[in-house]
Amino acid sequence: MSGPRYPGFDTLALHAGQSPDPATGARAVPVYQTTSFVFRDAAHAASLFNMERAGHVYSRISNPTVAVLEERMAALEGGVGAVATASGQAALHLAVATLMDAGGHIVASTALYGGSHNLLGYTLRRFGIETTFVSPRDPKNFQREIKGNTRLLFGETLGNPGLDVLDVPAVAEIAHAAGVPLLVDATFTTPYLMKPFELGADLLYHSATKFLGGHGVAIGGVLVDSGRFDWEKSGKFPQLTSPYEGFHDMDFEEESGTRAFLLRARREGLRDFGACMSPMTAFQILQGIETLHLRMPRHVENARKVVAFLASNPAVGKILYPELPQHPDHELAARLLPRGCGAVFSFDLNGGREAGRRFIEALRVFSHLANVGDAKSLVIHPASTTHYRMSDEDLARSGIGPGTVRLSIGLEDAADLVEDLGRALAAASKAR
Amino acid sequence: MELVVGGAKAFAYTAGREIDPARPSVAFVHGAGLDHSWWGLQSRYFAYHGSNVLAVDLPAHGRSEGKPLESIAAIADWVFALLSALKLDKAAVVGHSMGALAALEFAARHPQAAERIALIGIAYPMKVSDAFLDAARRNDHAAYDMETIWGHAPQVPLGGNPNPGMWMYGDTLARLERLAPGVLYADLKACNDYAAGFESAARVECPALFVLGARDMMTPPRAAEGLVRAIRNSSSVRVAHSGHSLMAEGPDATLDALIGFLAA
Repeated sequence: MSGPRYPGFDTLALHAGQSPDPATGARAVPVYQTTSFVFRDAAHAASLFNMERAGHVYSRISNPTVAVLEERMAALEGGVGAVATASGQAALHLAVATLMDAGGHIVASTALYGGSHNLLGYTLRRFGIETTFVSPRDPKNFQREIKGNTRLLFGETLGNPGLDVLDVPAVAEIAHAAGVPLLVDATFTTPYLMKPFELGADLLYHSATKFLGGHGVAIGGVLVDSGRFDWEKSGKFPQLTSPYEGFHDMDFEEESGTRAFLLRARREGLRDFGACMSPMTAFQILQGIETLHLRMPRHVENARKVVAFLASNPAVGKILYPELPQHPDHELAARLLPRGCGAVFSFDLNGGREAGRRFIEALRVFSHLANVGDAKSLVIHPASTTHYRMSDEDLARSGIGPGTVRLSIGLEDAADLVEDLGRALAAASKAR
Repeated sequence: MELVVGGAKAFAYTAGREIDPARPSVAFVHGAGLDHSWWGLQSRYFAYHGSNVLAVDLPAHGRSEGKPLESIAAIADWVFALLSALKLDKAAVVGHSMGALAALEFAARHPQAAERIALIGIAYPMKVSDAFLDAARRNDHAAYDMETIWGHAPQVPLGGNPNPGMWMYGDTLARLERLAPGVLYADLKACNDYAAGFESAARVECPALFVLGARDMMTPPRAAEGLVRAIRNSSSVRVAHSGHSLMAEGPDATLDALIGFLAA
């Protein structure tokens, strides 16, 4: 553009959402560890409750420290705003509960985190919200399952466990033709590797526990709205476009236009479901975001070195990383993820469950635990942990083999990671 | 509420409340490319404190249909027609930017209907740069970027939003991107072409309030000084730290200024 320019990503990661504290001059984001905020007088209190003035009332609804994280994530993603939540799962639940009632229907990718699959496939079904799961490999699969009561299309930008790349532009086009929004879980890509709103997604969320925080000390989520979906024009979302008895007969779209979704998510969702983020958690996640633009390139660089090493080792079978030419989404990844495909991936170890067990136990640098996106490298062997009770046949139906290992590549010296994996692969080979 | 003005469907936000001709009325008129929801906090306050509120969507903006109005005088007359359609003889008119020029013109053209006028983020002349106008004429996204960046104080992208969790740049962009082609250009051209400012200011009989952002890059306070002098019964409030988007950047200060003025 000719004329003014926006601040760059790196600057926003450090500054967006916070000026030096006007009361104290503190440069770092203060932790406003308080449940509630004093009203100036009775009229001020009434105006805050009736949304005539901006401000904070009670930290379940909003808090100054949490608001910095929300505004910063909205800035990094190019959205109108955000709502921080107690976890990534809380963010997904908040999105769904804001958009639909019992009788609603979701078309979701099969390539989802297990917790998301449980929420959509089992728990929400108990409350009358049905989900049809489709392979994300062909966007037309989403189109085929859209019904009259469909209110949302949903997928992960990089899906579990095979790193299926969601064709965001194609699925967004299908969603918009049906008058419904596309929600994506962007946890594995972060705004550094992909900007889903620029590709057509309408809503997104992160498990902030992972790369955003990066240090593995805090559980949190953040739900961001692009503000681009026209709820009124769609006509399918009375939750946002008709007077709501549960909030002073407010018509959220009429009241706030582009902010309608977030207004209801905050004023109803946080108020009633209560899955808010604590100020200390927001502070901790903000410390991570301030270096996101430095960490992500290193995560990707290390992941590429590890993938190259594994690809040359005879003890390793299939590697599911989209930068490899044999990955089915290789070309799509090159188009949508030019900065890299992240640092979480799976590979198959020759030798089955026993090889997997030996491999895990021989590792010294990688930590064996159930998380991803940490600065430290992590590993898990699903067949001996999260999926221990499943038969090999059932595992296969989930896209997991008895020797499948998932790695989350951290920020250590890549040579140390390669050495650690080499030793563990040698140990695993003895199982055969 | 929906009604018909000039043969086209028009929308005015009333905070969901009935219009009662016995109560005082306040019309809010938005700026270029925007809509009624830009006044969210301020309009809601007055609706719940004894006034009829009509935060309008000008034709081709928000929920109103029709073609964009091509001059400031046409906007002023449209607001008058909307009030007349509701049988409201008199109203305070609060305008922002382009809407402020329209409020000024409303008071000059329809003095009998103007109770008071509040002019927020106003300048005269309101010249639009060639680059901005040309980008808008071409429906180039750069025009939205210019309005977004110049429309806020320099610290906004790095500072905190008084409205928790919201990103002011993103919100402005999302609104502008919903516009039909040509609408922003029509608005900017109307501002750029407006040449009756001092003449109309001299005809204003009602009290006028200027609310100006100390860090406004689009309509800096010094560019309103001529109008302030030209209106006989005027006062002025400067909002520290705020840029052109006063209702979002300094919502409480803007509301307090309006409360003091409209309740006087």
